[in-house]
This record gives sequence, C-alpha cells and structure tokens, in this order.
Amino acid sequence: MSLEFLFASGIGVLAAGGFWLLLRARTFDVILGLTLLSYAVNLFLFAAGRLAPGRTPLLKDGVAPLLANYSDPLPQALVLTAIVISMAMTAVLLVMAVQARVANGSDHIDGREPRA
Amino acid sequence: MPRAGRATSAALAGGGAVLGLVALFALAPTVFGGDVPRFSVPWLPEIGLAFSLRLDGFAWMFALLVLGIGALIVLYAYWYLADDDPPQRFFASLALFMGAMLGVVVAGNLLLLVVFWELTSIASFLLIGFWNGERAARRGARMALAVTGAGGLALLAGVLMIGRIVGSFELDVVLASAAQIQAHPLYLPALVCVLLGAFTKSAQFPFHFWLPHAMAAPTPVSAYLHSATMVKCGVFLLARLHPALAGSEEWFLIVSSVGLLTLLVGAFIAIFQQDLKGLLAYSTISHLGLITLLFGMGTEMALVAGVFHILNHATFKASLFMAAGIIDHETGTRDFRRLNGLAKYMPITAALAIAASLAMAGVPLFNGFLSKEMFLTETLNVPTVAGLHLLIPGLAVLAAAFSVAYSIRFIHDVFFGGEPKCANGTPHEPPRFMRVPVEVLVLIVLAVGLLPNLTIGELLAVGAQGALNAPLPEYKLAIWHGFNVPLLMSVIGLVGGVALWAFLHRIGALRADPRASFGKRAFDLGLDLLVAGAGVITRRLESGRLPAYLAWTIAATILAGAVAFTAGDAFGPRETLPAGSGAWALWAVVLVGTLAVAIGFRQRLFAVLVVGAIGLAVSLAFVFLAAPDLALTQLMVETLSILLILLALRYLPQSSPPERAPLRKGLHAVLALAGGGLFAGLAYAMMTQPVTSISEYFLRTSQTEGGGLNVVNVIIVDYRAMDTLGEIAVVGIAALIIAALLQNARPQPEAAVADSPATPSLMLQLVAQWLLPLGLAVSLYFFLRGHNAPGGGFVAALVLVGAVFLQAMGGGRALAERQFPNDWTAWIGWGLLAATVTGLGAFAFGHPFLTSSTPYIELPVPVFGEWLGKVPFASAMGFDTGVYVTVAGSLLLALVLLTRLHRPEGKR
Repeated sequence: MSLEFLFASGIGVLAAGGFWLLLRARTFDVILGLTLLSYAVNLFLFAAGRLAPGRTPLLKDGVAPLLANYSDPLPQALVLTAIVISMAMTAVLLVMAVQARVANGSDHIDGREPRA
Repeated sequence: MPRAGRATSAALAGGGAVLGLVALFALAPTVFGGDVPRFSVPWLPEIGLAFSLRLDGFAWMFALLVLGIGALIVLYAYWYLADDDPPQRFFASLALFMGAMLGVVVAGNLLLLVVFWELTSIASFLLIGFWNGERAARRGARMALAVTGAGGLALLAGVLMIGRIVGSFELDVVLASAAQIQAHPLYLPALVCVLLGAFTKSAQFPFHFWLPHAMAAPTPVSAYLHSATMVKCGVFLLARLHPALAGSEEWFLIVSSVGLLTLLVGAFIAIFQQDLKGLLAYSTISHLGLITLLFGMGTEMALVAGVFHILNHATFKASLFMAAGIIDHETGTRDFRRLNGLAKYMPITAALAIAASLAMAGVPLFNGFLSKEMFLTETLNVPTVAGLHLLIPGLAVLAAAFSVAYSIRFIHDVFFGGEPKCANGTPHEPPRFMRVPVEVLVLIVLAVGLLPNLTIGELLAVGAQGALNAPLPEYKLAIWHGFNVPLLMSVIGLVGGVALWAFLHRIGALRADPRASFGKRAFDLGLDLLVAGAGVITRRLESGRLPAYLAWTIAATILAGAVAFTAGDAFGPRETLPAGSGAWALWAVVLVGTLAVAIGFRQRLFAVLVVGAIGLAVSLAFVFLAAPDLALTQLMVETLSILLILLALRYLPQSSPPERAPLRKGLHAVLALAGGGLFAGLAYAMMTQPVTSISEYFLRTSQTEGGGLNVVNVIIVDYRAMDTLGEIAVVGIAALIIAALLQNARPQPEAAVADSPATPSLMLQLVAQWLLPLGLAVSLYFFLRGHNAPGGGFVAALVLVGAVFLQAMGGGRALAERQFPNDWTAWIGWGLLAATVTGLGAFAFGHPFLTSSTPYIELPVPVFGEWLGKVPFASAMGFDTGVYVTVAGSLLLALVLLTRLHRPEGKR
C-alpha cells in the first residue's frame, strides 16, 4: 500500500463519515458532520500539491528553490486560511443551533419534531 | 412633499439634459461636416466588449430627440407632479432613462448597446410603476418589463450570433460586413432574434399589448418614454442595423408584414378607445408599425421616410400626450364619455392639441402630412409579387383613413359636442409654464409642416445619411408635389376617414366599453399557467426538510464528480511513496475514529471527543507531510473548536434521539459511502497524475521579492494578500454574526455541569496564571518569526486566544469578568483597518494595492535560546499584524459571548 493510497482512503473515510452525519436529523450532528467533511476537503486540497514528506517549504541555503526540493507551498497557504474560516463557520452554526433550539423548542434540523 | 425638493430634483434632471444639449451642439459642426466622433476604452476585451461611443448623424439626431424632448418633459413634469409624489424618485428614474437611452443611441459596440437597452427597460419599469400603490401601475410595469426584457434577451442572443459571424461587436465593423452576415447560415436565426428584440420594444404586433397598459404611468412618462423615445428603440435598432441586415428576402417579408399588420391593427383599435391615453397609445403602436413597414421595404428612400416620420411622430405625439396630461390634470378624468366641449374652457390648450391631432391625421400643412406622403409614395414602389402590387398601397390608404377617424374622434369628443361631466368643478387652463413644452413642440410641428427645407432639411439629411451609411438618394421636401397618385391616396384617406368617423358616431359604436385586448388575456393566462406550474414544482421539491435537500445536493455532487472518471486514464503513472508505520497508525486512528463517530454520534460528548482526536491525527499528518504551518494551525483550531463545541453543547440536548426510518437511513448510508468512495478515488487519481504547478515561482521569488523564507507565510501575507484580506474579513463577519445572534439570547443550559463554578479549581487557577505570560510570549514569538519559520499571524492569534481563554476559564467567572473586556468588536475593526492601510501604503510608492516592501531590521532578542536575529520588517508585517488582531478579536468575541451566555437575570 502506497502512502498516496492511505492518504486518499483516509480522505474517503472522513468524507463518508461527514456525509453520513450531514444527513442526520439533529443540528448538532450535522455540525459534527461538517467538521469531518471539512477535514476531508482540506486534506483533499492539500493533496493537490502532492505528498512530499520531509521537504518543508522553508527555504534553506544551498538548496535550489525547486518543487523537487520543497513541498508545494500554495495549497498549504490556501488550506491554512480554509482551516481558520471553517472554524469561524462552525462557531456561527453552533450559535445558530443554540438559538434555533430556543426559538423552536426543538433541535430538529427542520425546526420541529417529526410527527410520531 | 416640499416644493423645494421638487425644484432641486427637476433642476438636476433638466440641467443634465441641457448640458447634454450644449455638448451635442458643440459637436454639431463635426457631425454635420460628415465626420463621426468616436470614443473607445476596452472594457472586457476577452469577450469583445468595449465602451465604444460613436456619434454619427443618425445618433446625433436621436440624441437631440432624447435630450430636447427630455428637457421639455422635465419642465412639464415639474408642474404635473402632485405634492405627495416623491419628486426625487421620479426625476432620478427619468434621468436614469435619459442616460440609458442616450447610451443606446451613441453606443458603438453592440454588446454595450444591449446593456443600455436593458437599462431603458428597467427605467421604464420603474417609471410605469411610479404610483406603486396602484394595482394597474404595478401590473403594467411588470408586463412591460416581462415583454421588453424577454425581447432584450432575444436581442442579446442575436447580437452574440452577429458577433460570432463578424468576429467583432464594434458597430463600424458590423455595418461594413453585410455580405458576410447575410451569406452566413446563422443569418436567419440572428435576424429573428434581433427582430424579436426590436418588435417587443417598439410594441409591434403581436407584442403590442404591453404599451396600452404602460399608460398607467404618469403622463410625462407616457409622453417621453412611451411615445417619443423608448418605444423608438426598436425602430432605431432596425435603422441602425439596416446597412448590415436589410436587403434580404427574409428581412423584407418579416419586417414589412409585421409593420403593416401593426399599422392596421393599432389604428383600428385606437378608434374605439374610451381612454384618452389609450387612444394615443394605440395610435403610437400604429405609427411605430408605419415606421417599421418603411424600414422593412428595404429601399433607401423608404429609410429616409422612416427617419423623417420618427422625428415628426415624436413631436406631435409627445405634445398630444402632454395635452392629454393637462386635460387629465384639470378635469380629473381621461374618459371620452365624460370629456366634452373643453374648447370653451381651455381654448389655448384646445388649439394646440387640435393642431397636433391634425398632424397625427396627416393633414396638409402639418409635419405628419409630409412623412405620410413619402410613406404613401414608397408603398407604390414596393417590389412585390404580381397581382399583389395594389395590396400594400390599398392597406396603407385604409390605415390612413383609420388614423383620420381616431384623430377626429379625439378632437370632437374632447373639445366639442356638449358639456364636460367632470368632478373637479369648472375646468380651466393649466399653469403658464406647464403649457410651454406643448407650445414649443406644436410650433415645431407647424414650422416643419410649412417650411420643411428650412427647418428640418439638414437634420433629416444628416440623420438619414447616418442610418444609411451610404450616400443619400435624391429627394425633395415639399408640401406640393403636383397632382399625383400619393396625393390622391391622401385625399381618399382623408375623406374616407371623415366618413368612417361620421358613420361610427351615428350608429353609437364609439360609446361602447372596449374589451380587454386579446394580448392582455393571453399574457395573463400565460402568467397564470407559469405561476401554477412553478407552484406544482415547488411543492414537490420544496419539502422543507433539510436532509432531503442535502441528499439531492450530495447525489448531484457525486454524479458531477463521477464524470471525471468516464474519460478514462483517471489514474496516472506518477510514482507513489512507500507508507511507513507512522502513516499506518494515523490512518488507523482516522478509520476507527470516524467509524466510532458514525455509529456512536448519538452520545454527543463522546462524539465531540472522538472528533477532537481525529483532528489531532490530521494535524499530525500535516507534520508528517512537511506542512508545519498547517500542523500548528490545525492543532490550535482543533483545541479552540472543541472548546466552542463544548460551550455550545451546554445549551443543547446531550444525546440525539434515535431516528425511526430504516429505509431513509439505508439510503443515506449508501450516499455517504458513495461520496466517500468518490472523494477517495478523486484524491488518489489526482495524486497519481504528474504535477504542474505555478508554485515554483513562489519558491524562487519568496526571498528576493517577498523577503521571507517561510514561503507559505509569504504567500498568505504577500502574493495572495488580497485573498487573505477577504478571509479575515469573513472571520470578522462571522464573529459579528455570532454577536448579533446572541444579543438578546437567554438559552437555558441543558447539562448539570453547565454553570461554571464561582470558585474555580485551585490547580487550574495556578496553571492558568503561569500560562498567560508564557502564552503571550509564545504568541509574539510565533508572530515575529512567521515570515521565516513556521508561525505567522493566524497561528500567533490562535495561541493568544488559547492563553487568554484558559486564563478566563481558570480564574472563574468573576475574575474573567473583571479582567477581560466583554467586547472585542473593536479589535476586528482595528485589525481590518491595519491590514487595509498597509495595503494602501503601497499606493504611496506607486505600486498596486498590497504590494510589500522588505527592509530588515536587527532585533537582538534571544528567545528560547535561539536568536531571532534579523526580523523582516517587510510591510507585509503590518499586514500580518492586521491578520493577527482581526483573528484574535473575532475568536475572543465568539468565545467570550458563548462563555457568558447564561447568567442570572439582570446581571447582563
């Protein structure tokens, strides 16, 4: 099994878990699902730069500034901000979930308890 | 509404028109000398859109019409508007229209023309619906927008096709490419689309029905938009594109038959209207049909006649509308059956309106006669199938008779034949200056009618020349051409019209209520069907259940992603790396953790902790895969996210109730597995493909141009600083949303552990006390070194938030409230300001926004036994400070609010 295969299947596992929770009926579970899904998406974006263990994108003297010597810094920069933003979004959703529960008296995602 | 507001608004709108007129006359010598002033700046060169303006004679003539009548209308509207009509909105919309219409007229690029064209539709919508309290106004506005807007879309399609054929949207190029266009297989579709645009705009049959309903607008609008200018957009376009599109069999058949039909139908219906403006509206439709018919004939002389009639119709019809507005204003009604004998009460207005009506009827000595003579002459010259050569002249005479009949009806029913039955008491003349615009226009009507060569000859010549884009044919403007066939046709029309009116009047056919037009009923039916159909679809799709929507979205995503595999060769030849034991261990954590969450999610505390563990595994993966910045960020974010989630969980149920829908759950499981499989497949396929990246540029220039060794950080604060600015703004906005949502919140905690103890644990207090300064130091350290080593504003902010927050928790609520502000909102503002100002600083040195400069300063500070040594004092550092402050402020705001959410009443 190659490193790439492990990485890809890990992304797949996270995404599947995320989708599953996303489809649940309670706000809190959906938020957890979004968290899992954002792990998967961030890792996926990161993978666009390919895997390069040990080659941190910190320039060193005597090492030519080529992609062969460093991991791709661009996806890393994109993912970094994505991580922070997904946290901010999680916070907003959490507050909305709390408020929706107050307003609806239910934490069901559709705002009302399903008919029994 | 204060009179002063009205004066200011009117002065602004009118001043614009007058300024425009001054500019127009300044350009007159050039244009009349045969030159075409041009102006062009590229707008979206990739799609061929340029802001090109082009003022040839035809455009000049139309611009004069738009600005001249526009100025008169403003003067008139100043007196017309009632005290409770908002003048700002009225004159602003009017000015918007004036500008848009000018744009249509002088546009030198077809795409630009379409943009202005749509703007006139919008201005028309706003003006028809000006009295938006009235149902008729709203419906009329909507109908006009629907019909002309749909036509505008068709026009856009046609223009795109023309652009494709010619290879340019520039009018100069298009006008010179007639042969190329007409030989192309796309010619007919392009022609039909363009004509749809023109016909809807100029209210040609069968799209004419919107115009009478647009009469719900204030009368100055009807006079200006719906008779003199906007509805002329369509015929303007016909003339404008005449050199490129006309001359073919298709053009002749479509344009002339539509024009002829409109001419007849409009004139016939006009006779039976009971509404003053309704009659004028149908008459307008009919006259537009006449112009269309002329342009459809395709001969040069017909084009000249059409251009001439545009000018004449604009003057007499605008003055008639304004007269109708005066009558309405002074009597309070527009119903023919209530208006009678007004000649006695408002003799001057009556004289003006009668003169204009005679022009409308085509009576000699008035301007309408001249262009109508030219029209009748041309009908005789139409090349047509043998045996049918009398058809068009015959129908033209019939239409002339109709127009005489409705003109007489207008004159007779309003000014003669009894006493008015109006509610406003005795009618009288309007304010002096309200009549001035009518007087000016009627003066033109008479002057042109009597002395055509002196008054209009040159303008007509230059206008027609511009439309033709070729030398003018020989023609003579004169009242008297001798006894000839057109004169005979005129006389038959006049006599027939009088007879027709007398007949209809005698049998009482002019007293009946007109029926709702077929077009309106068809339109309403179509609209009802559309709404009903949309309702059916909406009820089926909009169940109001989020899981259903998400299931559809996920399924669609899976389908879209799966397409990537249909092309074959999804998996490339790139060499893969061997996986070590560490990788296997992380993989196992992710697998087991995700399974545990997916199965045990109903126990929420458990699920949160497991998600936290997965997050740690992800950040370890970043460490392992040479992304130290990501690892740090993920670690901090994970910690704070779990904190946030736990805080929120206090106000939510601690477990999820079971769902009892095995079938649906099965479907969801299938979707989730398919989605996961797709993600994995795509990721693997991507990683086995050879890489092509622009990133080498960043690696190469990061040190020399960005002044930093940590390329990731340099990208964030320098190369893609604009992105980052947007992103920290999003973070700030998210925090503000949270603050707004929690403003008046009083949620009750669910869990017994919810309330933090008044006296905190001693251990936590001790640790927190020591950790705060250390945390601040670490935060600063990460911040300063960020440009060259892992760190930077984002990470440093997260560390700061962690330390401060731990202090708040450890110290207990009392201490936290004493020591830390409730309101971190200002931080968000200051941070964004710092980032923006740093970026703006680049302007001072003549560089684009957010360009950084990079001097270094020596900072002899030992930290953790490591010399920071040279600290990059890049201006990017200022930007990173903005990032730091914004992110820290946002997160602290959110955390503090969530911590203090539940508190006893009154302590807030």
